Amino acid sequence: MIFLQLFWSFFQIGLFSIGGGYAALPLIKEQIVELNQWLTQAEYNDIITISQMTPGPISINAATFVGTKIGGALGAVIATVGFVMPSVIIISILYAVYKRYRKLSALGSVLAGLRPAVVGLIASAGVAMVISSFFKDGTVAFRTDNMDFFAIIVFAACFYTIWKHKVNPILVISAAGVAGGVFYSVF
Amino acid sequence: MKRDFRFYIKLFISCFELSAFTFGGGYVMISLMRKKFVEKLGWLNEEEMLDFTVIAQSSPGAIAINTTLLLGFRLAGIPGAIITVFATVLPPFLIIYALSFGYSALQYNAVFQGVMRGMQAGVAAVITDVVIGMAKSVLKNRAKAVISLVLMIGAFAAVSLFSVNPMLVIAFAAVSGLLLFRDESGEKEDRK
Repeated sequence: MIFLQLFWSFFQIGLFSIGGGYAALPLIKEQIVELNQWLTQAEYNDIITISQMTPGPISINAATFVGTKIGGALGAVIATVGFVMPSVIIISILYAVYKRYRKLSALGSVLAGLRPAVVGLIASAGVAMVISSFFKDGTVAFRTDNMDFFAIIVFAACFYTIWKHKVNPILVISAAGVAGGVFYSVF
Repeated sequence: MKRDFRFYIKLFISCFELSAFTFGGGYVMISLMRKKFVEKLGWLNEEEMLDFTVIAQSSPGAIAINTTLLLGFRLAGIPGAIITVFATVLPPFLIIYALSFGYSALQYNAVFQGVMRGMQAGVAAVITDVVIGMAKSVLKNRAKAVISLVLMIGAFAAVSLFSVNPMLVIAFAAVSGLLLFRDESGEKEDRK
């Protein structure tokens, strides 16, 4: 039964991808390309590329793509539900624990240590994004042919409007997208 | 806040919007979520947002999905979690479903790529703003500020410069918190 197998494969991907995003890639590849041969290596590469250009978690993108290819719209729904299911189960349990014990001194101390570390983790994701936006080849090399001055200007303008004027970030991102579409296709 | 029909609609639309603009991984979702639910609506406080980030990062599955589930549970219990997870999955689902019928054309389209590059710069600006806000709030408690700053910079350096697995960083920070912040939290009445 193909639908059951789709569900089970993505359930396992959901259950074992800890640490988010790129940690899931080897798991997806093993289940989709090697074990079940639902996608070829080339198709797998395509879906990774698409995932980087479109919003949403890479695993949701892969589940939808593989599900559609194997079992149409129903397949896409089943694969996606399969991936989300372990999160739903585990997070319900953890939230109940958090709600009950967050004021407890031991858990409170642990959380107090984790909060600054998480800010550091988010900062490192932010810096990676700034680098890939400012430098055309993705490495920090300050050569004029490698630096994307338009992106730097857009970044500065966006940062200023969000920081100073508290404009809705989604509006700002959309405006940056329109500016990019016009600029990069003309120059 | 009143949990009426309008509240649920607002919750759904907010999460749908956030998810549709989550380019580049779960932390972008968290940044947008903080701007919306902590700064704009005031439905969550800064500390809860950071706690949710911790839990989401250390549990299996996608960070964006885990965070949105926690948000749903916190704001409106099980119905809330169903609404937020559905609203978060829907945008990438619809986009990939549509693209699976003809994506290769888009990949080499100059305008599409330009829009993506522009949006990336915008997203980078949002995440920068959020990191500054979060760092300020973590350092607000003067007694803990030095240790917090060390943990923050240490976590950043470990992941960015030395490619340490974030799970290891989380484990280390948890132990540090347990040892160094021992008498900081836990109100008396909750101890019995």
